[in-house]
Amino acid sequence: MNENTMPQAEALPPATSLLAERWRVLKKNRMAYLSFWFLLFLFVLAIAGKALTEWFVVFNPQTVRLSETFLPPLSVFQSEVIPLEDAPVFGIYLLGTDELGRDVFARMLEGTFVSLMVGFVAVGISFTVGIVMGGLAGFYGRVRLGFLTVDSLIMRLVDIMLCFPTFFLILTVVALLPPSIYNIMIVIGLTSWMGTARFVRAEFLALRDQDFVTAARAQAIPEWRIIFIHMVPNAIAPVLVSATIGVATAILTESSLSFLGFGVQPPDATWGNILSDGKSFIFDAPWLTFIPGFTILIVVLAFNLCGEGLREAFNPKLKEGR
Amino acid sequence: MTNFIIRSIGQRLVLLVFISIISHAIVHLAPGEPSLVDPANPMMKAEDIARIRAAFHLDDPIHLQYAYWIRDLMSGELKSFKDSQPVLPKIWDRFLNSLPLFLIGTLITWFLAFPMGIQAALHRGSLFDRAGTFFSYAFISIPGFFLSLILIILVVKTFDVPVIGMRTFGLEDSPLFFRSMDRLWHLTIPAVMSAVTGVAVLSRYVRSQMLEVIHQDYIRTARAKGLPEDVVIYRHGLRNALLPFITMFGLTLPGLIGGSVIFETIFAWPGMGRLGYEAILGRDFPVIMTLNFITAILVLVGTLLSDILYAVVDPRIKF
Repeated sequence: MNENTMPQAEALPPATSLLAERWRVLKKNRMAYLSFWFLLFLFVLAIAGKALTEWFVVFNPQTVRLSETFLPPLSVFQSEVIPLEDAPVFGIYLLGTDELGRDVFARMLEGTFVSLMVGFVAVGISFTVGIVMGGLAGFYGRVRLGFLTVDSLIMRLVDIMLCFPTFFLILTVVALLPPSIYNIMIVIGLTSWMGTARFVRAEFLALRDQDFVTAARAQAIPEWRIIFIHMVPNAIAPVLVSATIGVATAILTESSLSFLGFGVQPPDATWGNILSDGKSFIFDAPWLTFIPGFTILIVVLAFNLCGEGLREAFNPKLKEGR
Repeated sequence: MTNFIIRSIGQRLVLLVFISIISHAIVHLAPGEPSLVDPANPMMKAEDIARIRAAFHLDDPIHLQYAYWIRDLMSGELKSFKDSQPVLPKIWDRFLNSLPLFLIGTLITWFLAFPMGIQAALHRGSLFDRAGTFFSYAFISIPGFFLSLILIILVVKTFDVPVIGMRTFGLEDSPLFFRSMDRLWHLTIPAVMSAVTGVAVLSRYVRSQMLEVIHQDYIRTARAKGLPEDVVIYRHGLRNALLPFITMFGLTLPGLIGGSVIFETIFAWPGMGRLGYEAILGRDFPVIMTLNFITAILVLVGTLLSDILYAVVDPRIKF
């Protein structure tokens, strides 16, 4: 008896929340799921790196040990010239040393925080601008300013921005401005908001005539509240998903800028400038090139795979197929 | 149709005016100055700097500078700050160098991406499909300059051929055959490198586009009629899947400048991207602005072309 009723009970779909269901879909995509946990681990590592290299210095990425240059990874600290407080933690150079005898592991740790911050702040800026622009264009699209509507004004601005070669524009501005990590974040952010703006506008055009917006208007809720509290949350899930991929792109852009010498300036370390410093020694000390290179590859790959997995999980079209 | 073309050309001209204003403003409002490039040079006295600034109209208000730039650009007399050479011939020379790189890169991209994407779509879930997906993501994620470094070392060590620059120094007098082989070797790796990301991205698009088409009713009808599988896939399926790529083809045009900065810098290829890089380093404003402007023109021409092609290819679209 029991065996007969069980399958019937299981055939009913379990009552799950929307988020739990998306999570289940994501979990099925093994690469995306692994990437997700890898990225969480990376955030912890980045914060730990920031804490251990700056707040209470355990790994000092700026200690110069001129008698210990170009040691391969996993070499044991044996020098008698260097005072003991400058020795690496655990007495081992986990990832070797560079041309100034700095501990590459400590520098990579410091770079993790900086590189991730560049990615996240740049994407944060680009998405704020994109959501505001797209929201304005979608919500106030019919308002006229002189002979132009708000919608056509903002969308023409988007068209103009799309005409510029992004990387060349970033390079121009970064090279002309005084070198600073904040300029890089702002410039990357301000040159990549167009896609978001277009997307949010399209969503808003569909949302602004829906019943819940009319209801909110009927209650005399201020317009900014309708836009940001009522409409944005309805449009934002796909935008956040593409933010994941945006972070990957921003990290790549930063590393390319660093490679050309316009990126984050020393003594601050990012993966990009560790690589670009190390490339001159690629035959003597290949680890200086390959460690940051493969780190960038793996992290960007994780962001891309995770973003793609999230996109699939949040795609309503694909839901029925499973 | 003619109406549509005229209207969109008009719209694009208006856009172009705004683009020129913005690209001029970005360069001139940013704090870097051409006279600041070499401040430690003892040969530069204050009056020299003042003379140079006056000669380049750098002390005039910005709208006047804009007017001077447009006037010089239109009359072809725009001179580079760095060496007083006319800008347009300079860019044209570099354009001729960039062109083979761009053409071969594009050819590799399109000829590899389509077969790969179609195969992946036809055998969905096969080993080839899954490996293709993974490697596409890997190639999208790898920094281009890092892959180039690895590739340079690999090629130089295994094949012992030169890869940096456009030609080997000292081969000018050798027979034509050697010279062309030399050129080909120099061309191959930069072209492959500039195609790698393109292949990865495009093959994904082709795959998803084919997957969408393959489940349409008309494909089932074609199969039900008993048509051979090749005809079904390539005549009925591929032709419909191709439509969105016409748009993409127009959008590859601006890659001539923007996409090539990194690779031309790494491979010391004297093309437009490298010219831009050098101009940025030297605060050579006329060259930077003109390159930006030309790219914008390329984008606008590219989108116009793809709009027109779209209408020509797809009879369902009417204007």
